[in-house]
Amino acid sequence: MNTLALSAGLTGAPEAVLFWILAPLIVLAAIGMILVKKAVHSALLLAYIMISLAIFYIAQDAPFLGVVQIVVYTGAVMMLFLFILMLVGVDSADSLVETIRGQRVVALLAGLSLGALLIGALGRSLLGAGIAGGAVGLDQANSGGNVQGLATLLFSRYVWAFEVVSALLITAALGAMVLGHRERPVPRRTQRQLSEDRFREGSELPGAPLPSPGVFSRHNAVDIPALLPDGSPAPTSVSRVIKARGDVLPTAPFELNKESQGEQK
Amino acid sequence: MIHQSAIVTADLLGKDPGWLIIVKTLLVFVFLVIMVLLSIWGERRVVARMQMRLGPNRVGPFGLLQGLADGIKLALKEDIVPKAADRIVFILAPIISATTCFMAFAVIPMTGQVSLLGRKTAFQLTDLSVGVLYILSIASVGVYGIVLAGWSSGSTYPLLGALRSSAQVISYEVAMGLSLVAVFLYAGSMSTSDIVASQDKWWYVVVLFPSFVIYTISMVGETNRAPFDLAEAEGELVGGFHTEYSSLKFALFFLAEYVNILTVSALATTLFLGGYRALPGLGFTERWLGGWFTFVWFLAKLLAFLFFFIWLRGTLPRLRYDQFMKFGWKVLIPISLVWTLIVSTLRALSLRGAPTAVIVGFTGGVVLILLVVGSLFEAAKRKEQEALSSVITKPSHFAVPQLPMSISTHRVPSAPSRSMEATDE
Repeated sequence: MNTLALSAGLTGAPEAVLFWILAPLIVLAAIGMILVKKAVHSALLLAYIMISLAIFYIAQDAPFLGVVQIVVYTGAVMMLFLFILMLVGVDSADSLVETIRGQRVVALLAGLSLGALLIGALGRSLLGAGIAGGAVGLDQANSGGNVQGLATLLFSRYVWAFEVVSALLITAALGAMVLGHRERPVPRRTQRQLSEDRFREGSELPGAPLPSPGVFSRHNAVDIPALLPDGSPAPTSVSRVIKARGDVLPTAPFELNKESQGEQK
Repeated sequence: MIHQSAIVTADLLGKDPGWLIIVKTLLVFVFLVIMVLLSIWGERRVVARMQMRLGPNRVGPFGLLQGLADGIKLALKEDIVPKAADRIVFILAPIISATTCFMAFAVIPMTGQVSLLGRKTAFQLTDLSVGVLYILSIASVGVYGIVLAGWSSGSTYPLLGALRSSAQVISYEVAMGLSLVAVFLYAGSMSTSDIVASQDKWWYVVVLFPSFVIYTISMVGETNRAPFDLAEAEGELVGGFHTEYSSLKFALFFLAEYVNILTVSALATTLFLGGYRALPGLGFTERWLGGWFTFVWFLAKLLAFLFFFIWLRGTLPRLRYDQFMKFGWKVLIPISLVWTLIVSTLRALSLRGAPTAVIVGFTGGVVLILLVVGSLFEAAKRKEQEALSSVITKPSHFAVPQLPMSISTHRVPSAPSRSMEATDE
């Protein structure tokens, strides 16, 4: 994009300085993105590249494109990527096994065709200044305002492509919802219903919330064993020394639900 | 007329020499830092009053220097980087947060035409044709600070805080962006100075009240403030994303949070409350007292929003996470979509010079449809609830056995005495 401006002799001095500072950094970041080991670092470098590109766009008198690049790509898409990466975990290594067959071939083809497209578009704008539908220059393109110019093109000449892309996106969103949807055999109980259940007749402790730890301990002396969730005493909860001295109480009186048959223990 | 005055602002700023830009940058920076110190003090004092306390009143007159004292103390604390942390990102995160928050303020118009150091200019750093979108984009970069802080800490609670924050910001930015669309439609521009200029008759808070409400709700969500402060919910996540941070790095997050509050408040002032414009009927103040007096109006509106933030924090409990997400996706976004449709139709009708009868008819039709849909929705909801309550329920089983009511704790003391006897023998 910038080479275009450079060759066309449109670049001012500040813009050239900006380009020569940012461009090497972008290339370094792009190489680093492939070479770094952690996925999150990779994602960060990619975000850096996106933001730098946006700065280029803004410097090239395309402020709307630049800002949208940051809002959509850096703000939403990369953030979703990070979201997933963080869920995967800090230290997880990527597996190098191909999960989709023929992935590399397809990726290579897609990359090559993208390159061809870019070269075609660049050549058209560099050389095709004279032919109909060719480049007309920034002044004419931005004559009614940058945003207004974009809007006019988007909603007149490219409205069909725009609608097709939006239909594709909506289909993808619907697909994600269908794939992520899970039928519940029984409707989910709401917080209100759970609360009503707790107060309903027949529940053991009407209105009580879930007991917090230690609620059922009936003594806090060191020589009395703690109770496990099923009501039985935890043998390891009393210190060995106390056990050796024979100071341990018979646990039976402290067991829950076993009051009647607990005497023999 | 609207566009003329906007061009004036852009032209004014375009003629600024380099040194003036540097002076203005410094002024904006100092203004923000001082406002942060004062708003920390103000927040503590106001919340204290709301809780029948006094609040900090020892350092300086009325405790005004409390923020400064806390800041110095914070900077002198030991700076700890946890062993499990990803060192580079851990250090980078607060820097991202603190730098981006200042950048957003560059496009906020704080005064009309003023003379600064002998030059005619406006107290606004720069004017972009996509100024409001620029603020949104800077805000979305700022979130990286929070998310990376949580991830790089190498600890569970910060990670959960970061996850919440990223989900939160993505969902609330949609509603926020949609609420801005109506303003863009009416102002015919996305530049902040144009939007202020177009509010010379009616502020958009009157014209576009639903947009204002949606923006206000989502700006609280964007800044991670109570009742939407789920990213740092102290009851659930210790300190959330900044649990592992200490000293200056924590101070940077603290600073960023308050500057962000100032920025979203300033944006709300600009978009809906007429920016630096005087209150209706008080326009003569500018003519009598000069251009700088417009700054007072801007500041007053900004402070009103700050008070609103503090008021919210003092009043509302924190939302549960699922309720918060549900509210964003199932309430705010659909409402703002419908509202955007209505506004754009009305705007198109009035721009095409449609007769008043058509506009009134359209508005009446919309109201009618909304009423019908609303009552249908209510009926469906009631039906669903009835269906739910008819499902046979059994009492929930707790992980811990219920305490049998027959056992009394009073019986316990008899046991130790037995044991004492046993050891005596």
